[in-house]
Amino acid sequence: MAEILVLVDHVDGAVRKTTLELLTLARRAGEPAAVFLGTGFDAARDTLGEYGAAKVYVVEAPELEQYLVVPKAEALAQIAQSSGAAGVLLTSSPEGKEIAARLAVKLGSGVITDAIDITVVASEIVTTQSVFAGGYTVTAQVTRGTPVITVKPNAVTPEATGGSVGAEEKVAVAFSDAATKARIVDRKPRAATGRPELTEASIVVSGGRGTGGDFAPVEALADALGAAVGASRAAVDSGWYPHAYQVGQTGKTVSPQLYLACGISGAIQHRAGMQTSKTIVVVNKDPEAPIFAMADFGVVGDLHTVLPQATAEIQKRKG
Amino acid sequence: MGAAPASRNPPGLGGRNPAMKIVTLVKHVPDATADRTFNAADNTTDRAGVDGLLSELDEYAVEEALKIAEAGDGVEIVALTMGPDGADAALKKALQMGADSGVHVVDDALHGSDALATAQVLAAAIAKVGDVDLVLTGMASTDGSMSVVPAMLAEHLGLAHVGFVGELTVSGATVTARRDGDVASETIEADLPAVVSVTDQINEPRYPSFKGIMAAKKKPVETWTLADLGVDAGAVGLDAAFSVVREVTKRPERTAGTVVTDEGDGGVKLAEFLAAQKFI
Repeated sequence: MAEILVLVDHVDGAVRKTTLELLTLARRAGEPAAVFLGTGFDAARDTLGEYGAAKVYVVEAPELEQYLVVPKAEALAQIAQSSGAAGVLLTSSPEGKEIAARLAVKLGSGVITDAIDITVVASEIVTTQSVFAGGYTVTAQVTRGTPVITVKPNAVTPEATGGSVGAEEKVAVAFSDAATKARIVDRKPRAATGRPELTEASIVVSGGRGTGGDFAPVEALADALGAAVGASRAAVDSGWYPHAYQVGQTGKTVSPQLYLACGISGAIQHRAGMQTSKTIVVVNKDPEAPIFAMADFGVVGDLHTVLPQATAEIQKRKG
Repeated sequence: MGAAPASRNPPGLGGRNPAMKIVTLVKHVPDATADRTFNAADNTTDRAGVDGLLSELDEYAVEEALKIAEAGDGVEIVALTMGPDGADAALKKALQMGADSGVHVVDDALHGSDALATAQVLAAAIAKVGDVDLVLTGMASTDGSMSVVPAMLAEHLGLAHVGFVGELTVSGATVTARRDGDVASETIEADLPAVVSVTDQINEPRYPSFKGIMAAKKKPVETWTLADLGVDAGAVGLDAAFSVVREVTKRPERTAGTVVTDEGDGGVKLAEFLAAQKFI
């Protein structure tokens, strides 16, 4: 069976959940092989094997950390060519998409971004995407070259195989001059919030204009549910919450099991970022707010009273 | 931009010899607030049946170019678009905001072009503009939203690409950019020429002034075909696409759920719903 390469998304060897989702999907199309770029592979080996990576390609080079994405794209292109892989899967993050874009040009291959599912039809990899703010579902396939596909977080529940890494191959890459044109000169890690990462969370609680700038009830409900916190563009533009937490067209796209929109009217800009959520709950003072049309459950009321009551009730039920 | 190299080549479109030449990519897109759809015959985006406008996210790139021009001497801004007849409306807006000239790449063979072909054509157009120091783009189009064209363009041109930039400074032959990612805030330095895509956090795009609107009518706009760019018509368009849409399905409207009005117990009812759905 041909190899399906999965680019490992990790921080110093701590493998992100999205990678486990990719390994799970890769098994449908072939033999999953992980590509690990950077330092920390020893910490990642067992996890990758457990989720089905029979083989791992490892590239360690200082360029991978010092320069923007091009060294990663060059390393992945080299491995894709030498392994004769039948496909390459990456996470649909800004970096994943940028690597995919350069990889597709290097390989002369088609690229599909933001897949929400992958199936195999007549031995071709077929993707499902949600487009135009979730208004349409599109299935597509790459017709030229090695399919390069980026997949959104939460596309599938990761399933362990209980396996282990059978083969490790250290790969040396000779980087081009183009690889070193954009230098990372400073890097300040974001302060940890203790909450799940927004795009990976299975529950997201978001606040908008209706918070009036007070996100405390939104955060308290999120913490009671073990959820991530999001914000609408109106709230971010007002300076109430950092841009990194913005859900919508110019922020993050999320597709959690449960999305709670609190004090958010539901402009197209916001819907584009959350419409594929499985269950949607709305709290808004305005019964005419368009977001109620999407709600599986809605409360017409002031979030400043409804959310604290819900939080208290949840804590009571959880004992 | 006083530090421009002395060896700079002859003038481009503007007929001057700018110290710095910036190309801003602009895209004419179907209005996202309208009912967007697909052409039934070939599953391409319907660009005729829906009102179009300058992709909102491109306005930030135009604005950033104008700010660089205002801060230095001899900066020339060329707005570049690719699209069918009518797509030059996006150029008009950029010219009204203050860009110096426009280029519209239009060719029937381009219909249905994917991101790879689009990047290839834009790269050829940028090469034809000539002596470009900086290519500025928005973070995504508001229709396709793939965000891959800037990186593909940089790959074709052999240049650095810095994406999702929230703050930009140009000094000599280097750009310095700050971008705020999920796990860290990074400062990037890149050699010019470079491709930079900017977020909606970088500035507040201006509205065209009356003076700007009048001045735009006199600004030069060139129309280029694939032949002008030396791009083979067989390498672009729907038939040459690297991927194919198999099926398009309109998502069923979400069926409206239960909506209750808070009468002092709205929070409890919310918690009951979550419990019934096994979220708690």
